[in-house]
Amino acid sequence: MNAANDVVAVLAQEAITAPAVDGIAVAPLLVVLGGACISVLIEAFLPRHQRWPVQVTWAGLVIVVALVSLAGYALGSPQPVVTLGESLSVDSPTLFLWGTLLLLGIPSLLMIADRSVEPGGAFIPSAAERAASRVGGGGTGGTGGSSEHADRSYGLPGQAPTMQTEMFPFVLFALGGMMAFVAANDLLTMFIALEVLSLPLYLMCGLARRRRLLSQEAAVKYFLLGAFGSAFFLYGVALLYGYSGSVRLSEISAAAAGSTRSDTLLFAGLALLLVGLLFKGSVAPFHTWTPDVYQGAPTPVTAFMAACTKVAAFGAIARVLYVAFGSTRWEWRGVLWAIAVLSMAVGAVLGLTQTDVKRMVAYSSIAHAGFLLLGTMAITPEGTSGTLFYLLAYGFTTVAVFGVISLVRDSEGEASHLSQWAGLAKRSPVVAGVMTFLLLALAGLPLTSGFTAKFAVFSAALSDGMAPLVVIALVASAVAAFFYLRVIVLMYFSEPAADGPTVVVPGAFTTAAITLGVLVTLLLGILPTPALQWAGAGAFSG
Amino acid sequence: MSPTNYLLLSALLFSIGAVGVLVRRNAVVVFMCIELMLNAVNLTLVTFSRINGTLDGQVMAFFVMVVAAAEVVVGLAIITSIFRTRQSSSVDDANLLKY
Repeated sequence: MNAANDVVAVLAQEAITAPAVDGIAVAPLLVVLGGACISVLIEAFLPRHQRWPVQVTWAGLVIVVALVSLAGYALGSPQPVVTLGESLSVDSPTLFLWGTLLLLGIPSLLMIADRSVEPGGAFIPSAAERAASRVGGGGTGGTGGSSEHADRSYGLPGQAPTMQTEMFPFVLFALGGMMAFVAANDLLTMFIALEVLSLPLYLMCGLARRRRLLSQEAAVKYFLLGAFGSAFFLYGVALLYGYSGSVRLSEISAAAAGSTRSDTLLFAGLALLLVGLLFKGSVAPFHTWTPDVYQGAPTPVTAFMAACTKVAAFGAIARVLYVAFGSTRWEWRGVLWAIAVLSMAVGAVLGLTQTDVKRMVAYSSIAHAGFLLLGTMAITPEGTSGTLFYLLAYGFTTVAVFGVISLVRDSEGEASHLSQWAGLAKRSPVVAGVMTFLLLALAGLPLTSGFTAKFAVFSAALSDGMAPLVVIALVASAVAAFFYLRVIVLMYFSEPAADGPTVVVPGAFTTAAITLGVLVTLLLGILPTPALQWAGAGAFSG
Repeated sequence: MSPTNYLLLSALLFSIGAVGVLVRRNAVVVFMCIELMLNAVNLTLVTFSRINGTLDGQVMAFFVMVVAAAEVVVGLAIITSIFRTRQSSSVDDANLLKY
């Protein structure tokens, strides 16, 4: 029993020194997290009616400053650095993913801040009493969000009750967590970042002004399943620590080449780790939360979650597979083949049967997760750059899709049932046209970003010896295109119902968000070269 | 006693927690099962810390505890809010979102 002596010896030999921080490299991350803390203080000390303008301005400012500092650093074509006690790796993919996350943060923030589509904003803290009296009467997921007297304190007398401004610190914390997640160089940092990005998202899901029961149900499901997933992630971290004696990605890779410990620990650890990561990326068979949460959460939050969480999750999956498990890829690749095929099949086939637009986009995101997995499995520079480009393209298209979905409304809130979208082109040709373009981008037609992204990922997979998988992916794309086309046909060639939904004319914020999404989708389709070059500027390092 | 026994115990606790999440109906109990899983991981971490002779695992256990505490705050807030609305914390009652 000399383990106690061992620990004493370890303590004696390592004097604890403060880790070196490359402040300029991690400045975007520090700006976002620091801005989030100040945003909490704004929430605490400002009177309620002043909070919305101040919070929106502050959150926008934080994202822009972070983007500027990121651009200033990235334009000097820096060498990859590992900083903060080797816990963060700021390399070329990290910079690309940070840029993607911050750029996607702008339209998401604009949609969350919007108060024109839903008068007063889409979020309120609680409508508990009103909804409780409704639930006995049948509970059809009612609207129960208009308890005027309960919200009155959130605005000046005479104004519409204003929104819950705690959304803005949540958005900033979630963004900061995502940025740390994609840059994490060890698994402990990755776990902490996973929680920092998840916890605000769980809460944001449950704050809808309309359809509170659905919103809260989505929050509970997302929370319980998310916590379940992160417990698996953590057990995987513990097993990998046992295998390699370290949680640093590069040391796991080194240990995999020359450790005497049982490989069972390594692959059990990897499997559990991937359960947690694939859960976040909503890859089948860990996708079951996705349709429910996408449908139940307030649409601006769904947009933020669908775009940014996907970027963060696949950024992290790509880094873990590339840095820590690149040398053992022949062992684990078969399992991921099966998962990718399952994800594409589930997304494409179940997407066909959906009657709700938001659920349909959720299943489409599961199919896209399968395509993205192809890119992350190819442990080559082309695989990395294809995945990164795909994430950028998919993120902007998705944000814009949810922006359009939030505009089609009836007296009950959003009219997301597919039958209510019949004949939408006759009511609003512009919205129907924009939606058509975005759905074609999701389907991957040429001249949209979706085509370039799919081409980049599939060609990388093909050149890394995954030809059968690429064939399956093409078939899945074709099947998925069918349900996008079904919506387009419904919008253009059906007669609108007499009591159908109206298309709200959005305010400046939502208009700007949708315009940005459409423009990027178009630009990346026509002129993909600069973004592809940026994505391919370098590989993961650790 | 061999440290391997602690690994087996923690694997057992983790499995009990995972099965509990799958079979229990009350959201609070489900959540407690998740906490059991996290604590099983802590036991694994400190055991490996001793086997490896490094302190990293023990430090990680502290991080996990802090994260678990934060998760409790958020989780109980969400469960409380849905309990107020529905007068029930059964995860089977929340069944409006399906298909």
